[in-house]
Order: sequence, then structure tokens, then C-alpha cells
Amino acid sequence: MASNEAYKGYKGEALETLKQFKAMIWCDVEITTDQHKFLGIILPRSETADQYHIVIKLITGYNVGIATKKIKNIKVFGRKEICYKIPKNEFPSDPSKPKVKLFGTGGTIASRLDYRTGAVIPAFSPGDLYGSVPELADICDLETEELYGVFSENMGLEQWKGTAEAIGKEIRKGTKGIVVGHGTDTMHHTAAILSFMVQNSPVPIVMVGSQRSSDRPSSDAALNLIHAVKVAAESDIAEVTVCMFGHTSDDYGLLHRGTRVRKMHSSYRSTFRTIGDVPLAMVDREKITPLRQDYRKRRDDKNVTINTAFEEKVSILYYYPDMKPDLVYSLIDNGYKGIVIAGAGLGHVNKPLFPAIKKAIDSNIAVYMTVQTLWGYVQMYVYDTGRDIMELGVISAANMLPEVALMKLSWALGQTSDLEKVKEIMLSPVVDEITEREPSNGYLVFQGGIPEVDDFIANFRK
Amino acid sequence: MHEFTFKPFDEMTDEDYAALGFKAGLEIHQQLLTEKKLFCHCPAGKYSPEYHSEILRHMRPTLSELGEYDRTALMEFKTKKDIIYRINRESVCTYELDDSPPFLINEQALDIAIEIGLLTNSTIVDEIHIARKQYLDGSIPAGFQRTAIVSVGGFVPYKDRKINLIQMSLEEDSCREFSDVGHKRIYLTDRLGMPLLETVTEPVLRTPNEVAEVNDILRRLVRSTGKVRTGIGSGRQDLNVSIDGGTRIEIKGVPRIPELPLLSYNEAMRQWNLLKLRDELKRRGIDQESFQAKTDDVTKFLKNTQYQPIYNAISEGKLVYCVTLRNFKNILSWKTQTDTFFSKEISDRVRVIACLTTLPNIIHSDYPGETISSSEGKTLRKAIGATDDDTIVLVWGNELDAKTGAQEIIIRAKEATIGVPAETRQALSDGTNGFERILPGPQRMYPDTDLPPKQVSEERLERISAALPKQIWLREKEYRELKIPEYYALTIAYSQFANVFEKVVKELNIKPTFAATVILDYPKRLKKKGFDVSKIKEEHFFNILKAFSEEKIVRDAIIIALEKAIKGEDYEDFFLSKKVDEIKIDEIKKIIEKVKETTEIKNKDKKKEIYLSKIMRSLRGTVEFSQVKQALEQIEL
Repeated sequence: MASNEAYKGYKGEALETLKQFKAMIWCDVEITTDQHKFLGIILPRSETADQYHIVIKLITGYNVGIATKKIKNIKVFGRKEICYKIPKNEFPSDPSKPKVKLFGTGGTIASRLDYRTGAVIPAFSPGDLYGSVPELADICDLETEELYGVFSENMGLEQWKGTAEAIGKEIRKGTKGIVVGHGTDTMHHTAAILSFMVQNSPVPIVMVGSQRSSDRPSSDAALNLIHAVKVAAESDIAEVTVCMFGHTSDDYGLLHRGTRVRKMHSSYRSTFRTIGDVPLAMVDREKITPLRQDYRKRRDDKNVTINTAFEEKVSILYYYPDMKPDLVYSLIDNGYKGIVIAGAGLGHVNKPLFPAIKKAIDSNIAVYMTVQTLWGYVQMYVYDTGRDIMELGVISAANMLPEVALMKLSWALGQTSDLEKVKEIMLSPVVDEITEREPSNGYLVFQGGIPEVDDFIANFRK
Repeated sequence: MHEFTFKPFDEMTDEDYAALGFKAGLEIHQQLLTEKKLFCHCPAGKYSPEYHSEILRHMRPTLSELGEYDRTALMEFKTKKDIIYRINRESVCTYELDDSPPFLINEQALDIAIEIGLLTNSTIVDEIHIARKQYLDGSIPAGFQRTAIVSVGGFVPYKDRKINLIQMSLEEDSCREFSDVGHKRIYLTDRLGMPLLETVTEPVLRTPNEVAEVNDILRRLVRSTGKVRTGIGSGRQDLNVSIDGGTRIEIKGVPRIPELPLLSYNEAMRQWNLLKLRDELKRRGIDQESFQAKTDDVTKFLKNTQYQPIYNAISEGKLVYCVTLRNFKNILSWKTQTDTFFSKEISDRVRVIACLTTLPNIIHSDYPGETISSSEGKTLRKAIGATDDDTIVLVWGNELDAKTGAQEIIIRAKEATIGVPAETRQALSDGTNGFERILPGPQRMYPDTDLPPKQVSEERLERISAALPKQIWLREKEYRELKIPEYYALTIAYSQFANVFEKVVKELNIKPTFAATVILDYPKRLKKKGFDVSKIKEEHFFNILKAFSEEKIVRDAIIIALEKAIKGEDYEDFFLSKKVDEIKIDEIKKIIEKVKETTEIKNKDKKKEIYLSKIMRSLRGTVEFSQVKQALEQIEL
């Protein structure tokens, strides 16, 4: 065992103290200080914590940190290393049930606790998942494959391409539904790019994650997974979708179109919302209730178009008042090929940026306008500023969400460098990234305090 | 087992408990008096049954080390409860609902916890680690409680010995249960997240009375800081009891200390009786291996029964299962606690685990009263092949619940062969206890990764130590030495104003008994008049008594000054100087004339003082005392 593993996280004084008394992590010990005798197990220490304390798990189950300078003696009784493996558990295979493939990209959908040490260990294999979410076996014949193990903020081109290709391969093998486990932070970016990279799928491709970690008994993870697997196995919605809690209660999930969904709260369970439209369906343990009919239907064939071309030199410019043009010049100087502006209001930026934007367009950079209000359309005819911006050659992306526009422009510039063709791609919606109309119930951000809203909340669990 | 006869509660002696091997420990929960909750910024102590919305959660057990659900987890999951939380938006935010990560720990609460830790001679931990403790009953929406050890060790003196403490932890309070019917449990969330200090004693209490007395000392000790909440529900205790050969049983949530002795007695009796029951089963040749039971669906035999609960159940399409317990005759009517029988242990399990909450939820052949008719009983026994030596138990409900119920009957009956199963039990109002859930182990703790460890700095410890009130047992001793009445000595020792009491006695030379009267009795008088005496602070007592000692105020004016302090008025103005003009002198003269007319002063020596008091009262202290004295000099009395 490497010495850094035996002293995981310990440095400086604390490390010296452990070595002095020949103690390592996972040792059963008695630590004597000038005030007290502590009995327990030495735990690893967080890398970011200081070097003056040793962490011990007491026999009551609690952890405490003991100041090294107070330690008089450490008596070691023995050592039992923690095993990070979960006992093998077979997922009951049932060929009569639809075959569903679950891809993992990172983030933990299921986990188990090592009670001896308090470690949270991710569970991912079908057997692991069966152990923690046995309901899955009633729905499908599950296979899993761990593609990546990254936090969602570390997802990038490599992972997107790899995931799209893996999905393509799986569909061509005849799998009846795909589930992609993903961290939630950038799930809507991945949902958008997969919507473009994987087109014409004959089966559902459902992205899922959890907002509240799976070690907690109240986690949304298991129910989200059940809902997602149910959609993948049983629904006829053959699109890239995101399936997450509809409200904070353990009640139903919502199925969102991959190009219209966005994470809207940093921690709430029902963080994912369809923006500017209504979701595709509600999902609970018993049924899938479509909320609209205009989705792509499941087919029996195994045909799918995988197109992973992608231009990485595309950026998003989140406009703020008094923004300086040097930001735009910097993008030009750094060889960017595309810029998505998240403009103010109907799609505006200030006049001092105009020369810089003009230069960008003259340098053959594709510049698209979206709205930072998220809801609503770019409309640059209304005010002079808007008309001037269009005059510069900035193209309206209508009601495409800024992050979706970023993904689509990267993908479009991956197809061609001919900006006319890029424009054609950008403005021809693949799957509702631009919609022709915003239904009147497509913008509902309720405000608490209003009597009728509070009445609604009192009468329907939110 | 040795011979022992349980006497009525009042007749049990210390020797009796020693013969039983009675041992008890306490886990005392005390809410701390903070402005805000422990891990969020919601106001603390806002109680209201009013709610604005509800949310629904289910608690799912997580896998334990062996890839199996742990026992409690599994049991809770069997119950498949819909947990409903009632939310009042004034007192609960997205944190308590587990829709937001925690904020940093409440420093005020931590200070109070450290102060109490120091008062109990405990070792304050150098670095506090916040843990998650799993609760699957739904009493916390996250499914775990955030909790952290603040101190280890320590003791409180009791009689001629020390009662050692295991630890103190600072944790967030849980929900209050509103109802639990069938598969739906409703919680109120107003108490959720309040800072709670849990003090755990070693299991060294030898009699039920010791349990109450030690709890009382600890309660008084924390209250002496003036930094804990008082009132219903602000302090609750869990009681651990075992006897020789028995099992450590935890009785949760005892609201009042006087209830502890009877609860302890009944639990000791229950364990003794369960051990005797085990011996009886052994005598009949029934142990873990030879235990026999089976379940049959007997719905069809009872379609025409006159026994209403079963008749109703069948007409609603529910099923009736019959459990046969081989050779169990009369075991279910075995007495366990006062007026409580073994059948209650079984019925409790069925209620909690199978969610069959309408009572009676079982009937059995050991019960002498009327249930199903004897001919129905005979038919049943014949149909399922039960003999007269067997006990038959009926349970009814929808298929799933009735099946779970039948399983639980068998599980609990089988556990009788081992004696006292490890359980968490709940205190009932008659002093007995009922099943709550399987006892969870220390295993359900793991680190809270949302919050960093918190170092307790030496500066912090020094600051808190410097302002530490004297321990109540030291105060008691000292105050007795002051020769003040015993009642005053004890009460002031437990009071949060003990410090100021000592200060005025030492620094201002106020007579101890008088100081105690002012500090203890005056607020009572004001409370009777409807004043909010919680507004009286240490400095009020000190400043007013200082004025008194400097003769800036007469004795009778002390209570008036306190009254002003409560009202938030400038009470010092009351005894500070103000020029007395001629009119005031005239006024004083008039008052004196009036007093002369109406009052006959017998004690000539006290004459001046009496006049002074009357004048001060009628002037409500708007004049300086020394000036009034001066004015009096000019007047012929």
C-alpha cells in the first residue's frame, strides 16, 4: 500500500504524529490526550483541511477531530481496511422485458454507505442498482456501462462525442431504450448537444440525475431513475429528453425536451423546467401521461443518425450594462469562430460594442443573438438599437435558449465553415430548439404571496 | 432465573432494583435559546399549527455495509408510509425541506453548547465534525439529522458519587408527529431545525428515582445558564433501561421528568416478565429452532361472523389471516407491564409495521372476552389443523397489509424465545411503553459532506470560560453558607441570575436574603400584574440595587424601577438627579400634609422613611432622592 494511501489526506504535524505512533487510517486506536481517552477508528482527512488535527470515528458513530499537539499517545489495536467493493448481486435478467441500456457519465445515481467508516460508495453496476433500486427489475432488462466518471462541470467535447457514439452503437444493436446518468449542473448542455448529435432515434434517450445525493433516504435519485427507466422501456417518445422531479414531493417526474430544458435552481429537486413551452409528459410509477402529442414516435427499426462534428471555438457572451468591447476583441484575437450573445431584453447590447461586433462579423465569426431573460423571443425590430445590431450582421436565434444556441452553433460550425450554411442549420430547428409560437402557458413563473397562488400551493402539493 | 416478586411501584425498594440488576441511562434533549435555527436562518421558536402547504416524501433505506438493508431501515421500508410535511412559510425554508444545502452552523448555538459542556466538566472537542444520522421514520425530511459532538466525558455530582457523561452533541430538532393512520403519517415542521443539545449519561443510574433526580440536576444546570428554552416540549429525554439478562431498551421522547420513575419501573417489569415468558417457553420445549407457526387465509370461514371488526373488513373485500402459534396456549395473555399483556407487544408490531392502525388489529384465542363465537373458533381450528394447545391469532386488512401483519405476529412471537428484543419504545401516558421501532445501531452515522469541520479555537474557549456561570452544585454550597433560607439558596443557585446575586452581595454589600427576595420574588409579583418578566436582565438588578445601596432610591421604589425596566423605559432616570424646583417642593409639602392627615405613624424612628417612601411613590421617582431628603429637612414633620 502506498504511504499516501495509508495516511490519506494527512500532512505536516498530523502526519508526523501518526507516523510517530505507527498509526494509519482505518486503524482501531485509543488516542490519549491530556484531557480524554478517545476510542475509535482513524479516518482519512479531507485534502483541504488543516494539518493540526486527526479525525477519529468514535464507537458511538460520531467523528471528532483531535488536536495533534494535545496527543500524548496512540495505542493501535488493529487495522481493517475498508473495502470499496459492493458484494456481487445479480440483476434478475428477464428477456421478456424491454432491454434498456444505462450509460453512466459520472455523478452518483445510487450509492451505499460503509457504516464502519461512514464512506459513501457509488453503486452503478446492474447488480448494485438492483440492490438499491430493486423496482428497476420490474420494468426492464437492464444493462449498464460506465462511459465516464466525471462531475458534470467537467463534461466536454470528448464525453459528448463518446456518449453520442455509444448511444448510436446501442441503438443499432436493437436496445429498446437508453438512459444516460449525468450530473445535473450541465445536464441541459449535454441534453442539447445530444439532441443534435443523435438524430432520428427510433427509441427514447432519457437523461437523468439527482439533485439531492443518493445516500439520503429522501433522495430523488431512486425515483428519478425509476421514472427514466420507465420512459426508456415503455414510452413511445423517441427523443432526447431529461427526466427529473416535477415538484419537490415524491410524486411525479417531468419529461422535458432536450432542447428546451434548463436547470433553474441550484439545489431544489424540481430544478429542471421546460422554458417557453410545456413539458412532454408527466411520469409516475404507474403511468406516463403525455402533455402534448407532437413528439417523435418510437419505431421498430435500428436506424439512427450520429453526427458528432463540433467546433470548440465558440463562446457565449453574457451582456451586462457598460460591457467593454475588449471582451469581443479578445474573442476575435483568440480565433473564435462563433459567438452567442445573451442579450438584454429583446436582444440588445450597448452601442460601444458595435464596432467590435462589426469587426467580429467582418472576421467571419458567426454571431447569434439570444435573450438572457430565457423566456421570450429575440425581437430586434422593435427598437433602433436592435435594428442597428441586425445591421451589423448579428442573427437572431429567436427563442433558442442561450446554452442551446451555444451547443447548436458549435455543432453547426463543426459541419461547415460557410456561414450561410451555418445560418440555415441554425435557423432550421431539429427538435423545437426554436418554436414558432410560445403558448400562453409556456411562461408560468408563479409568485408567492399572491393570494390565488398561495391558494393553489395550499391545495396542490408543490 | 432467580426468584423475584414485583411489588407495586410505591413499594419497590432500592434493594429490589439492585436484585433485578436495574441499570438506566439518560439522553437529555434540550432546545437552546437562539434567535435562529441551527443550520439555516429561519427564526427559532415560532410554533404554530397553521400551515400553508404540504409536501410528500418517502424514505428509502440505503444499502449498508454488507449490501443488505439494516434492520431499522428494512422495517421502516416495510411500512411504506406516505410522509406528509405541513409547511408554515414563516418558520420553514427550503433548507429544512432538504431542497437547499445547509448554511454554516449557528455560532450562538455552538457557544451555548460549549458553555454547557464546560459546566459539566466535559472535554470540548478540538474540531467539530458534522455527521448525518439516518432516520427513516420521516421525522426529518432529509432522512437524516445533522448532528455533531461538541464535548466528550464530563460528569455531574450526585449524592456521594459522580454521574459520568458519555458525550454532548449539538443537533437539529425533528418534526412533531401530527397523526399516523394507515399508510399516511403527517408531521408538523415548526420545531424542525431548532438547535438541540443532547447530553448522554453512562448507564449508571440504579433506581427509577435516581433517573428522575439526575435528570433534574442536568435540567437545572442547563437552565441556570439562562440560554436554553423552557416550556412544553423544549426539553425531552430518552430513557435507556435494562435489567440482568435483559436488553438495553430505549424509551423515546419523555416530555416530563416526573414521568420517568414509573416508566423505568414498568420497563424493568416488562423485561423481567419477558424473561420469565422465555423460560416458560423453554419449559414447553419451544426455542429458536423448535418454534413453529403457520399462516392460513381464513376469510371464507368468517363471512357470517358476528364479530363486527372482522365482519366489516370482509364486507369491504379485505382478507383475514390466521396465525397458528404451536403450543403457545395462554402465552399471549402473559402479563408484561401494569395492565398490559404480551398480545400488546404483537399488536404494536402489527400496527407499526403492517400499518394496521385501527384497533383492535388482532384477536387471539388466549383472550377471555367475546370476539368470534366458540363455534367459529372450533371450525377454524379444525380447518387449519390447530390443537387446543395452540394459540390462534387473527389479523385482517388488504392482502398486503394482512400478510405483513401475519408475518410480524410470527416474528414477534418467535422473538419471545430469546427474551427481550432490541427495540426503541415510546412512552405512553399511563406510564407503560409501546413499540416504536427496531433499535438502530451506531452504524447509521456518516459524515456530512456539505459542511467543513469546525475548529474550536482557544480564544473561543477562553472567552466562554471567562464568562462561565458557577456550577449549580458549587453555588448551592456557597449560598447555604450565607445562611439564607434553604429555599432561597437552592432557587437562586439554579437561577440564571445567580451571578448578579453574588455580585450585589459582594460588591454592593446588599444583605443576601434581601437580594434573593428582590431577584426571585419581585419578578413574581410583577408577573402577577401581567408584566413580561423575561425582559429583566442582570444589569437591571445590578443597577437598581446599586442605586438602592447608594441611597438614591428607597426600598419601595425598587419594584417601580424594575417595572420601568420591563417597559423599556429609562429606569435610571428614575433615580438620577433632576433639579427640584419650588413647585416640586410645594408638591412635596402638600403630600406630606396629606400623609400627616391620613397616616398615623407609630414608630417615630421610621417616620422619615415612611414619608420618603410615600413621596417617592406618588412622585413616581421624578425627583432625586437626595433632593427630596433635603426638602424634608426644610419641613417641620
